[in-house]
Amino acid sequence: MKELSVSELGKRILQLIVSLFILLCVTFVIGRVLPADPVGAIVGELADPATLAAMRSKLGLDLPLYQQFFVYLTGLVHGDFGNAILTGNPVAADMKLAFPATLELATLAVIISTFLGVPLGLIAALFRDTFIDKFIRVIALVGHSIPVFWFGIVGLVIFYAGLNWAGGPGRVDVFYEGMVTPQTGLLLVDSLLQGETEIFWNALSHIILPALILAYAAMAYITRMTRSFTLEQLNQDYVIAARAKGVRPMRTLTGHILPNIAVQLITVLAISYGGLLEGAVVTEIVFSWPGIGQYMTNALMIGDMNAVLAGTIIIGFVFMLLNFLADVAYALLDPRTREATI
Amino acid sequence: MSDAVHTDILVRPPGIASRLAASFRTALRKLGHEPLGLAGFVILALLCLVAIFAPLLAPFDPITQDLGNALQAPSWTHMAGTDEFGRDILSRLIYGTRITIQTVLSVSVIVGPLGLIIGVVAGYFGGRTDALLMRATDIVLSFPSLILALAFAAALGAGLNTAIIAISLTGWPPIARLARAEALVVRNTDYVAAARLYGASPLRILFRYIAPMCIPSVIVRLTLNMAGIILTAASLGFLGLGAQPPAPEWGAMISSGRKFMLDNWWVAVMPGLAILITSLAFNIAGDALRDILDPRHARS
Repeated sequence: MKELSVSELGKRILQLIVSLFILLCVTFVIGRVLPADPVGAIVGELADPATLAAMRSKLGLDLPLYQQFFVYLTGLVHGDFGNAILTGNPVAADMKLAFPATLELATLAVIISTFLGVPLGLIAALFRDTFIDKFIRVIALVGHSIPVFWFGIVGLVIFYAGLNWAGGPGRVDVFYEGMVTPQTGLLLVDSLLQGETEIFWNALSHIILPALILAYAAMAYITRMTRSFTLEQLNQDYVIAARAKGVRPMRTLTGHILPNIAVQLITVLAISYGGLLEGAVVTEIVFSWPGIGQYMTNALMIGDMNAVLAGTIIIGFVFMLLNFLADVAYALLDPRTREATI
Repeated sequence: MSDAVHTDILVRPPGIASRLAASFRTALRKLGHEPLGLAGFVILALLCLVAIFAPLLAPFDPITQDLGNALQAPSWTHMAGTDEFGRDILSRLIYGTRITIQTVLSVSVIVGPLGLIIGVVAGYFGGRTDALLMRATDIVLSFPSLILALAFAAALGAGLNTAIIAISLTGWPPIARLARAEALVVRNTDYVAAARLYGASPLRILFRYIAPMCIPSVIVRLTLNMAGIILTAASLGFLGLGAQPPAPEWGAMISSGRKFMLDNWWVAVMPGLAILITSLAFNIAGDALRDILDPRHARS
């Protein structure tokens, strides 16, 4: 059984590598083949032919395509995404600063959405077809249909400008900016590690609104899936048996049903996490959140494809990695799938 | 005379039109018991009417600027207020339905047949064809679709058509998976066996006997996808990658309204409400459609 699951794991890893390779092919095509004039985009339309030619050979655009692709791949393997036009820094260096901000936001959001979505889904399933179920369904549907970037704007207008409950745009107040030396890059963690509780609370007040808004969008999917997983279990014999022998409803839920849907939920959470990373990209600009999303959006405005593609590759990679981990977790944790592979 | 036995008619499944009509009648009957689903369909129907009759319904021109009237709060003349160029926001929203519906339909028209063909071919032929096509589907499914659409639109140059292509490129896998699952069931039915027996070519079996059976569920799936398409399109528009100004694209309207959000909330809020209502209507309608047409889902 062990050996078989190892070969299964190998298959998954191979699939991850193939997916990643294809993602790189796609980004290469997007960045180097599709734009009509990548050189003109960099040096400007009024540059003289000599500058254009110099830039072409500097970028390696005079090489045949397959060589360009090879050069591109070698660069990526060495962590070289090219330079960003806006900051002048290597994109990789900018990304190192921006990624933790996005990660922090998406992680907090996935935690919140799990703690809201799973209980709501359970409740909806237990009170199936009652008013409560319908109410939860509407809440989830709205979350599923709302444009997050717009919801962010509305949230800022109400809770920051109107009520002043939440911190405004950015990760902390300007006053505190740069006062915590980045260790993990996650401001909430760093400020606690360095005992700066004041900064921690300030950072929390800034992150809570965007995190809640992202969480609401993700919650819809989690609630819905939890509900349908639970409904599937409720009709199973073991639940009926547990009830018949007098196990309390709450205990049936936590002791019998939850462990059975936990594995399926992990997949759902991983997919939500990936979706949140994507959602963060359009939301960050609203909150001036200095993450990958804002970085990519600013790069988009000036047509800086290096930066846009680096963001695409990084988020794509994390996205695929999450899918992969979910698959592996599923195979490892669920005895039913384990037996199926024997 | 005995030739008559071998005609197509005996093994031909009911036509798409008659089956769709039958499903539609059942759907209408069951919708009566689902007020929420009914509401979704009514809103969608209204939106289509608004898109068709936009010039008659819009009180003002959506493009002409009137700087003297800039940033007026909602009032009886300007029900949704005016934007920074003095354009009536309600009129722009009304014209914007055209862009939204055009986007949704275009993407569906590309993604539907593409996914259907890939799925049906994979499901019917099986073996290596199936493995190869489904691997490709899985890989595209594991791509972050919004980010990829964003990169595509950025490379091809901003515009409504590139946005439509960009969304379509990553939109077909769910359809393909669904069509494959359906094809797997249908290919083992007696009438397909009969068709094979009297010598119908694989292509003929595929497109006359199997693909049509998958169409109703593909349509349901497309309806469910439409809400997502609207949100992705709005996101691209918000980032400046969709229809270009002065076109009244809802996402782009939110983006330009963002600058005034603290003092003139309606400029950004109104288009967002339009997006929310539309995508909500598609979600509700898609849900109801699935519950009604697919008895397997009705229980959950």
